[in-house]
Amino acid sequence: MSASIKISNVTKHYGALTVLDDISLAIQPGEFVVFLGPSGCGKSTLLRMIAGLEDVSAGTISVGDARVDTLPPGQRGVAMVFQSYALYPHMTVAQNMSFGLENIKMPKEEIKRRVKAAAETLEIGHLLERKPQKLSGGQRQRVAIGRAIVKEPKAFLFDEPLSNLDAALRGRTRLELAQLHARLGSTMIFVTHDQVEAMTLADRIVIMHDRRIEQIGTPMEVYQKPATRFVASFIGSPAMNFLPVTAVQNNPGGLAVTTVGIGTLQTAIHPQAGFSPRGATLGIRAEDIVVLPQGQTGTPLKAEVIERLGDRSLVYGVLEDGTKLTVEVDGRSALVIGDSLHISFDPATLHLFDESGQAHRTGGD
Amino acid sequence: MAKTYRRSQWSHGLFILPYLSAFALLLVFPLFWGIWLSLHKVDLFGPGRFVGLANYVRVFADPVFLQALRNTIVFVIVSVPSLVALGLFLALALNRTTRATSFFRGLFFSSSVLSVTIVTLIWRFVFIPGDGLMSVIFKHLGAEPIHFLSTSGWSLFSIGVATVWWCLGLPMMLFLAALQQIPADLYEAAALDNASPWRVLTRITLPSIARTIMLVTIIQIVMQFQLFGQAQLMTNGGPNGTSRPLVMYIYEVGFVRWDIGKGAAASQILFLIILCAAMAQYVVSTRKTEN
Repeated sequence: MSASIKISNVTKHYGALTVLDDISLAIQPGEFVVFLGPSGCGKSTLLRMIAGLEDVSAGTISVGDARVDTLPPGQRGVAMVFQSYALYPHMTVAQNMSFGLENIKMPKEEIKRRVKAAAETLEIGHLLERKPQKLSGGQRQRVAIGRAIVKEPKAFLFDEPLSNLDAALRGRTRLELAQLHARLGSTMIFVTHDQVEAMTLADRIVIMHDRRIEQIGTPMEVYQKPATRFVASFIGSPAMNFLPVTAVQNNPGGLAVTTVGIGTLQTAIHPQAGFSPRGATLGIRAEDIVVLPQGQTGTPLKAEVIERLGDRSLVYGVLEDGTKLTVEVDGRSALVIGDSLHISFDPATLHLFDESGQAHRTGGD
Repeated sequence: MAKTYRRSQWSHGLFILPYLSAFALLLVFPLFWGIWLSLHKVDLFGPGRFVGLANYVRVFADPVFLQALRNTIVFVIVSVPSLVALGLFLALALNRTTRATSFFRGLFFSSSVLSVTIVTLIWRFVFIPGDGLMSVIFKHLGAEPIHFLSTSGWSLFSIGVATVWWCLGLPMMLFLAALQQIPADLYEAAALDNASPWRVLTRITLPSIARTIMLVTIIQIVMQFQLFGQAQLMTNGGPNGTSRPLVMYIYEVGFVRWDIGKGAAASQILFLIILCAAMAQYVVSTRKTEN
């Protein structure tokens, strides 16, 4: 069973402090949506408001066709997996999973059936009689998910559930979560500040910043077409290069942009009416910068630091005027610190942001 | 190979030597001296003579001892659960951070800092016949006043009320500290699990503070078996010894009648009773927690 979730004009205040400001969002049944943003952006608060653990200061939240923001948490039809897992320490795994069902007076046979089925799905059948302190982090995480599954909720809410796991287990659990979503087909909302989790799990990512939603889109949309400078800087590793724009000129093929460090670049961007170069920045991803073969001349860049990541290397370099720029090169590159390389730019991959941080797109977007 | 910092060395024991010295001098030595005294016929004026277990036989043959033992056990059986239950109730009620709860925490704890003399004085004002608060209330209601401090049964009850009022602060504070250790997300998970307030109390809160409940119970068993000051000052053990506790019996035998050996034997019996009661409570609670 999965349901749509509709968040309409939701605001959250703590006294005079506003932590969420006029948030609206519609989630389709069966969709896997990730709330992504830096610490303190309000993503966990929004999730807790859907769960009913925080009051809504203004606006409404609906699950399916029913408005739920006035209902207590247990009656909203959602299940939550906490960052700390919040397993009841004195109960066994089986008791942890059946506690919620006992509370709604479900027949014992049905409880047993559901616990057994969930345990099989999560491969924790052999742990049912153990207490949480006898489980590893990964096993606790599965039990927390199992406790959510047995309720057969309309939506699953995950509050940074992978952040307490080590890197290897995090990667494996991420994959299992994706498989679980495919198998259950349930609506899932997942909160994280880890862009890799967001990019790999989400059908759509909701990027939040400073009390508001910055952009909603598929992982590739938010990566390739960031709506704001914040999204462009937050998504992608290494962060996008930003160069201050000093002048622009409208050409038929697109805007010619003069920047600090590089000089004038022809772009394919047709900015919206009223665009002003004052305070604007040009964004270029490290992997979109073309490193020219030896003998060809472009913009010279001197390598200051080289990070070798195996399949690729990141060159942190400096242009002739001292402007810093990060460039991605092939992992087999023999570059060493102090070497000079020549680079050029593909007009189709450049991003332009005005003073307020809004993106101006390549023609037609 | 270099020595690790964690390696144990005898010289490290110097850090605990000051405490160990005080512990040995003030607790271990008197305990063994008490055992030695209990096996001797001794008074304050001369060296004792070894009498074996005769003092113990005399103690158990003494009806006053048996009455004091019964009084003490009844007192413990009633006062300890009352202290645990009331302390827990107050802690649950005051487990919030508002100005009112801070004020009431301070208020309920304030009685604990009073000396036994003040406490018994206050409760004598309440229970004393004639002008006492209870007498005034009874008269106001048109009922015959009860002579709380001089009626068999009521005298021990009055001591119990004063004791609970006096000792309530510590259990309340220990329970409050334990309640504040329970992670808030357990309650959030329970809210999402549709748990009623009663289920939250019985399935989340109480199991989470089970160790503290055990600790408070053991502390109170040990403390209440040593009842003395309240009984001495409120009823002097009367009427007819019906509110005389064991410690008062030991005091009277040892320091009024100067039968030190018999007093020491009664002390060892009290020590064993306290030890057994505390251990029994510990074993039962541990088994329950493990199950």
